Amino acid sequence: MNRLPFASVEELQRALEEDRYLADRGLATAIYLAVSLDKPLLLEGEAGVGKTEVAKVLASLLGRDLIRLQCYEGIDASQALYEWNYSRQLIAVRAMQDVTAETHVEDLFGPEYLVERPLLAAIRAGSRAVLLVDELDRADDEFEAFLLEILSEFAVTIPEIGRVVAEEPPAVVVTSNRTRELHDALKRRCLYHWIDHPALEREVQIVRARAPEVPEALARDVATAVNRLRSFDIAKRPGVAETIDWAHAVAFLGVERLDEETAAATLGTVLKDHEDQELAAAHLAEVLAPGEPAGEPAEA
Amino acid sequence: MATLSPGAEALERLIGFGRELRRRGLPVGTGRIVTFCRAAAVLGALDRADLYWAGRATLISRPGDVEAFDVAFRAWFREGVRIELDLPATAGEQADAAIRTTDAVPGPDVREDAVVAREWHELGEGEETEGEAAIRIVASASEVLRGKSFADLTEEERARVARLIRRLAVRVPMRKTRRYRPAPSGARFDVRRTLRRSLRTHGEPFHRAWRARGTRSRPLVLILDISGSMAPYSRALVQFGFAAMAAGRRVEVFCFGTRLTRVTRTLRSKDPDRAMHEIGRLVADWEGGTRIGESLKALLDGWSQRAALRGSVVVICSDGLERGEPDLLRHEMARLRRLVHRIVWVNPLKGSPRYEPLARGMAAALPSIDVFLPGHNLESLDELSRALGD
Repeated sequence: MNRLPFASVEELQRALEEDRYLADRGLATAIYLAVSLDKPLLLEGEAGVGKTEVAKVLASLLGRDLIRLQCYEGIDASQALYEWNYSRQLIAVRAMQDVTAETHVEDLFGPEYLVERPLLAAIRAGSRAVLLVDELDRADDEFEAFLLEILSEFAVTIPEIGRVVAEEPPAVVVTSNRTRELHDALKRRCLYHWIDHPALEREVQIVRARAPEVPEALARDVATAVNRLRSFDIAKRPGVAETIDWAHAVAFLGVERLDEETAAATLGTVLKDHEDQELAAAHLAEVLAPGEPAGEPAEA
Repeated sequence: MATLSPGAEALERLIGFGRELRRRGLPVGTGRIVTFCRAAAVLGALDRADLYWAGRATLISRPGDVEAFDVAFRAWFREGVRIELDLPATAGEQADAAIRTTDAVPGPDVREDAVVAREWHELGEGEETEGEAAIRIVASASEVLRGKSFADLTEEERARVARLIRRLAVRVPMRKTRRYRPAPSGARFDVRRTLRRSLRTHGEPFHRAWRARGTRSRPLVLILDISGSMAPYSRALVQFGFAAMAAGRRVEVFCFGTRLTRVTRTLRSKDPDRAMHEIGRLVADWEGGTRIGESLKALLDGWSQRAALRGSVVVICSDGLERGEPDLLRHEMARLRRLVHRIVWVNPLKGSPRYEPLARGMAAALPSIDVFLPGHNLESLDELSRALGD
């Protein structure tokens, strides 16, 4: 059952940290349990809190391949599971007209004409892979039902070839931005974790880990400012990814501390909505005021 | 402090917690409790934090449930609790068996399941149905809800209806785009692609290619009267707007009483419940009656808003009891008519069989309206959704 090379949640947490991913106890527990119990891990949270990153770091920790399925509206089985290579088949048909050719019609649907898509790739790779189903909320209900079927069996029947079964299921991470509620049947099959924006201290650590060239004081300035921006009434709250981008940008400009001028010039790295930018620009002094941001979200 | 010994006692405690959550109305099925026990078995020895996070990962899957979970957790597992399980492989089966033996007696516990199942049924058919009876209750409950006027709902029903509305299939009005795109079949022959393809077939135009016009969704604009008596109906339409937005549509929402306010941003940035709360606060500020004509004028005069209106489908929700000048309303409705693709007027009063649009305001607006609907309950919202798709 336990296929994790880690004996405890703490050990996993440390390993994640070494891989430059700072997970809190809750997330580490969820990852640990998901892999140990062979269950998909459903991660929800606002954009940019590091949901996708979990799958990447997990793949690197376990030394497995990451297979990513990006969902979008209208995605269907031929884009997610498999497809036939039509142009190759056409050429083969052409070649067959040559009397000396030894190709037969059956061969047209052989494995060499099969185009593998992420889900089939994951089933074939089995426990050598981490499957990331990214932004499932973008796909429609039908696709969700289809995915549920795949996730419960890790097997697929291709009429012309036969049944492909995963010997051991891959580790699965499903992410959703929660633009809509996912089906309960799917949720019940998964372990669930909601990733929040990190607390200030942790965000400073994350910036330091991800952008080592940024000095401590500057990292703290940027994290504090982003923390305050999130408490504003804005349409798109900046995620951790934006904090890191911002830190990179101001460090590149060579400033020691975050001042109003630099902040105004680089606001575009952290806020991507015109009205949000206007709002922030009008309250820049407040955003950059010294001291801790109020209303810090407590970490359990 | 209290360390529970390995085995049945500890397991009993874990299962009990799952049941406690269920008792508090959270959708915790048997499958989830079994997973929780298996998770505990994997962790072996659990302190309070382990128990907490193992429970969070396995027992609930909605951010909205976290608060109720926390309360139940604090009440069930006291400070310093430790649970040790040394039966990794079989904990799941044991828990399963333990739950089944106690659930086998059709007593009060089964009824409990039924209530829970009713609450979460609307989210889709359960894969582990907790008794046929439960499902029948659901079906009849939704039937009743479908026909019940929004104004008559209890607080609990309102929450359920809100969830149902958000799951309404919002059909989206489409329009043809000007651009021709490659398509499997279409109005125009695609010579270029056909030629390219023929290279693969030794120059024989074996595969013909076509181009067709694509389609784009039209924006949906909701203009909602939130004064006094109209609030419950408009609230339902806001939920409808959420559903449309969630389906990835361009949606603009305006509210009016005596003056017009754009609330699209409120809806986009917050979760539905908080947004509803915020709009509710606006309602309290505006008890001064309805000025539809002036509100529409404000809408049509703002240049950025007018751009959003062009070619859209507009849904106006109001009882048409105009305080201002009917002539102004008539004029502005005609202006709106020229700008947009279609106007749907939702008037809950129309739900009454004796209703006739005699109010001066309604009479003035009527000539410019394409579709006139009641929209006072789920059924007629379904009708609205269909009217939008045509």
